[in-house]
Amino acid sequence: MASERLAIIATKGTLDWAYPPLILASTAASLGVETAIFFTFYGLNIIHKQKMKQLKVAPVGNPGMPMAFPPSVKKTPVAGQLAGLMEAIFPGPPQLMGVIPGMTDFMTAMMKKMMKENGVATVEELLELCKDAGVKLIPCQMTMELFGYKYEDLIDGLEPPGGAATFINYVLEADKPMIIFV
Amino acid sequence: MASVTADKTLDTSGLNCPLPVLKTKKALEELQSGQILEVISTDPGSKADIPAFCQRTGHELVETVEEGGKYIFYIKKK
Repeated sequence: MASERLAIIATKGTLDWAYPPLILASTAASLGVETAIFFTFYGLNIIHKQKMKQLKVAPVGNPGMPMAFPPSVKKTPVAGQLAGLMEAIFPGPPQLMGVIPGMTDFMTAMMKKMMKENGVATVEELLELCKDAGVKLIPCQMTMELFGYKYEDLIDGLEPPGGAATFINYVLEADKPMIIFV
Repeated sequence: MASVTADKTLDTSGLNCPLPVLKTKKALEELQSGQILEVISTDPGSKADIPAFCQRTGHELVETVEEGGKYIFYIKKK
């Protein structure tokens, strides 16, 4: 059978953007495709021991973000009615609200709660599932040096740091190479 | 009611994409070829995702049952 390789490039270091590469990679590997994720620039934060716990979702510059409250909040008597009213008035948090101190943390907490209540896996869980499924997790050498991240700062079970040429070569060695940029 | 009997049941109720597929793959690893895995899911996405998983991996989707907001799949391991 012709070999198939899927390579995903993860460049974003926010909670919401950590999901697409991890979901696609773990699923592709489960479907029998050889899969790798190349973590570069802020994407490195997803595999950074400390920073992975502090991934946030930013309301600023994110007009697509819905004003969504977790089901448990909506069921609470007074807070739930307020939340329903907010959702009815604003399709999303007004961009100006994003600059209020603590707003990013608040939206992050809401998002995490909503994900939990909807049965969405955490970033840590998805990383474990990726490793279990045999996804190769490759940190980018150049951005590690740029940001001052040491290999020990990153989670266990990673491939050795690689550069662009190593990565492109890894993908193109397959009969059917695929790249997804996130 | 399904017409097939399962050798093993995996309940993924409450879990969302991609967990039902990932857990199905793992559960199939524990079965012998020809045995049937029953997968219960509440994720509407799994309605399309489980058949896609089977098509891709070569396991046979013997039957699909939809009842009371649950999707139940019977998968025969290849």
